[in-house]
Parts: sequence; structure tokens; C-alpha cells
Amino acid sequence: MMFGWLFVPPADRRLLGASRFRGPTPWVIAIMSFSILIIAATGLALASTAGSLTQAIQSRYAVEVPNGRGNLDAIVAALRSAPRVTSVEPVSESDMRQTLERWLGPAADSADLPVPALVNFDTSPGADVASIEKRVAAIAPSARVTAHGDRVAPLLRSIHALQWLAFGLVLLLSAAAAAAVVLAARGALDTHRFTIEVMHGIGATDLQLTHIFQRKIALDALVGSLAGAAAGALVLILLASGASFVGELTGGASLSAVDILILLLLPFALTALATWVARIAVLAALRETL
Amino acid sequence: MGREGELPAIAEFDSVGLRYGTGGEVLRDLDFRLNDSGFYFLTGPSGAGKTSLLKLLYLAQRPTRGRIRLFGEELSETARELLPPFRRRIGVVFQDFRLIRHLSAFDNVALPLRVAGASDEEVEAPVREMLAWVGLADRASARPPTLSGGEQQRVAIARAVINRPELLVADEPTGNVDTEMAHRLMHLFTALNRLGTTVVVATHDVGLISATAGAQLIRLENGTLVDPTGVLRNPPPRWA
Repeated sequence: MMFGWLFVPPADRRLLGASRFRGPTPWVIAIMSFSILIIAATGLALASTAGSLTQAIQSRYAVEVPNGRGNLDAIVAALRSAPRVTSVEPVSESDMRQTLERWLGPAADSADLPVPALVNFDTSPGADVASIEKRVAAIAPSARVTAHGDRVAPLLRSIHALQWLAFGLVLLLSAAAAAAVVLAARGALDTHRFTIEVMHGIGATDLQLTHIFQRKIALDALVGSLAGAAAGALVLILLASGASFVGELTGGASLSAVDILILLLLPFALTALATWVARIAVLAALRETL
Repeated sequence: MGREGELPAIAEFDSVGLRYGTGGEVLRDLDFRLNDSGFYFLTGPSGAGKTSLLKLLYLAQRPTRGRIRLFGEELSETARELLPPFRRRIGVVFQDFRLIRHLSAFDNVALPLRVAGASDEEVEAPVREMLAWVGLADRASARPPTLSGGEQQRVAIARAVINRPELLVADEPTGNVDTEMAHRLMHLFTALNRLGTTVVVATHDVGLISATAGAQLIRLENGTLVDPTGVLRNPPPRWA
């Protein structure tokens, strides 16, 4: 029976003595679970940020006209009349100067500073951007139409890289947790070698013995992973509610219901992994005996 | 494969040899059979190979050469996954008792039944009865470290016979008990033997052998069977 190990009778559980939740296994699993939850939450938030950002800029363009303040109204009118342009948003001169102030300081307020005109516009699918460029060029030949996506692409690539790094770390930590379980299983077998010999001697099968160890390690892993995940969730909640750190880190993205469901399932997935690995490790070790 | 006129065999050794690792053979050319429902003493000086022979009998060791048939099946090279059902037909009493320290006497005795799939309800009555049979009814909940050597030995015997094994193997079962207890244990063994269990007892105790009527003798010296003298009354048929 696939889940027979869950229903090991009390008498069989006594075979391993009163050692539940002792030893390093629950602690190691708890630390792994804590780390996995934090990293997975960061990865999911980054994925959400990348998704929101991509969605926001994929149909967004900017017209930049050096010294083009005089043509601004004509450009805005041309854009508004272009087919499939859904919104046009000129950036005011004061906003432009405020932006420039970050690089130029007080000099950004100088009347001698040539401030370019900038108009953001959104399109619906199927928009002919080349035709729009021609309309703008007819008004201001020096105007340049650029896609926001081109400018933000390096940032998106970085976010995607961080996101994959996070998921890679989750996999690495899971592998480390599995390795810790293998060591724990072998340690438990060493501790209970005498009991195993006696049980084998009276006709216990490998599967009967495996069920006993598998259940113990599964319980240790479940307690450890739930405790670690609870601590991780607390840290995430504190960060989200008490500081703007998370918002700044993730570009203000929040976790979706699916993301939260994934995070909730992580400790159980870790327990399932630990249980499966324990079963394989115990069976392999028992096969080395007669 | 019994010969005509012979009693059915529960165990047959055919040119069996055993070595540990790269060392020399500790058992050589063992060639004998144990009859069903027989009572056998295995004797010989220390280091002669008695414990190794018993390990072959209770399937804790494979021979490095030769063939062993148990319960009519060739088991020398049987896959290990197929051995547990055969082990359940064998009861073993170890010299050092091999009781699980953190389990009560009751749980230790119940182990073979539980391994065979008996429920707690099914285990209760036979284990109580067996503990009473070995005089430990009031020590059921005691753990081995709190029991005397004799009591531990009786718990070990109760565990070995609780599921009425077809073959009972005992390694120096009286080595840790006084003379009176030794005779009581032998009385238990002969009672079991009368119920149809084949009994093999390894011992140095000549007095014990002489006091057990109808028993046959197997003597080991330097890993080989030798023609026994003196105490032998009913030699095993193939080598006597």
C-alpha cells in the first residue's frame, strides 16, 4: 500500500523508542523550509513584478523631441488622431526638470537648459508604429519614437535572472534537505541496527522496517518544515507590513492567490520529498544486509 | 530429499562450507540432515563453528559453498526478499538473548506475531499465555534491563516459540542461568519438541545432553563434523 507507512500500528512505532522530534532532522528541515519559503516568496514576487512591468510597457511608447516644446501640442494632436492609439500623455516641463534634477542638481531649473518634449502614448494590438513615427516626423523631423520595452529590457532581464536564481536556490535547498534526510535515515538505521537485526531475524520484511523509519522521518520532516515555514511566513508578513523594503525590492508587486497557495504547499512538498527520500535511503541500506 | 525409510528432513546440508571475508573456512564439508520433529544437540569446543552453523540454520548467513535445503526448499542462493517467510518458521534463542531493551517483555514476546501481521487483539491472549508458561506472567510490562538473566532468557525463549516454529534453534541457552533454570528450560524445549518442533541446541553442557532422552548429537571440531563418542546415543543417520 502506497501510504501504508502512515498507518504503522502503535506497537511497531514503539520499536524505535521514544525518540520522536529529537535529533537534528527537524531542525535541519526547519532551517531549509524557512530559507526555501523566503527565497520562493522573493522569486514569485520578482516574477509578479516582471509580469506587471512587461504588461505595463509592452504597448507603451515615448516620443522625444529635442527642443520640441513648441511642437508639443501638434504632436499630441497627431498622436490622438492616429489609429489604435489608446492614450496620450504629455510629460509636463516641470516633471521633466524634476527628473533632470536628479542628475543635474539645481542647474536643471536653469532657463538656459534645453528641455526636450516628451509624450508617452499607449497603443492597442495591431497599431502601426511606423505610420505613427511618420506622422510625428512630419511635425518634428528630429523627433524619436522609442518603445518603453527597449529601455526597460535590461532591467527585465535582471529581474528574470534573479527570479531564476531564486528558483534555482529553492531546488538547491531542496536537494540539500534531501541529502540531510539521507544522512538522518542512515543515522537512524545505525542507531537502531540491533533492532533491525532482531526484526530481520524473526522474519520482518524490508518494507515493514522501512514503514517504521519512513513514518518517523516523515513526522520529523512535517514538524520541521511547518515550523520553518511558519517562521518564514512571519518574517514575510513583518517585512510587508512594517517596512517598504519588500515593496522596493519587488517593485511594489504583491503575491497573487496562486503564489500564496504555492507557498502554503511548500512545507508539504518538502515533507513529501523527505518521506520519499527516506524510503529510498532506508530500502537501499537494508538491501545491504541479508 | 529423504531416502526411502528415512524420516522427512527439515534441514539438509550438502557439502556446505562457510568463510567470512577472505579468511579461511570456518565450516567445511558439512553434510548432514535434521529430521522433522527431531531433537539435536550441537556440541564442540569453543571456536569449532557452532554459532556459524546455527547462523546458517536460521538464515542469518549464506554458505560460501554447498547447498542448504530448509523446509524442503533450496535456500542457499534464494533472493533475500524471499527469505522472511522462511525465517518466520524458525525460532531462535540467542546466547545474549537479543531482547529489544526499550520494549516491554510483552512487546518483545509479541514481535514475531506482529511481524506475521497479527493485530493487538490477536496478540494479547497468546502472549499472556506464553509469559505465564515461562513463569513471567507478572513481569509482562517489565523492560529487559530490569529483568534478571534467567528472566531475560525466558522472555527470549517465549519470543522464539510464540508462533510455534517448525524449527527452534538455541545457542547456548543455558549459558547464563543456574542449573535448576537450565533444566527448566530444557523441559520447555522437550515439551515443544513433543508438539512437533524440531529443536537444535548448541551447548557445552554434557550433563544437560545426558539428561535429555531421545536427543541426537552433532559434534563440530575445527569446522567439520566428527564422529561423536561417549555421549552419543542416537547419531544422525548420514554420518554416524
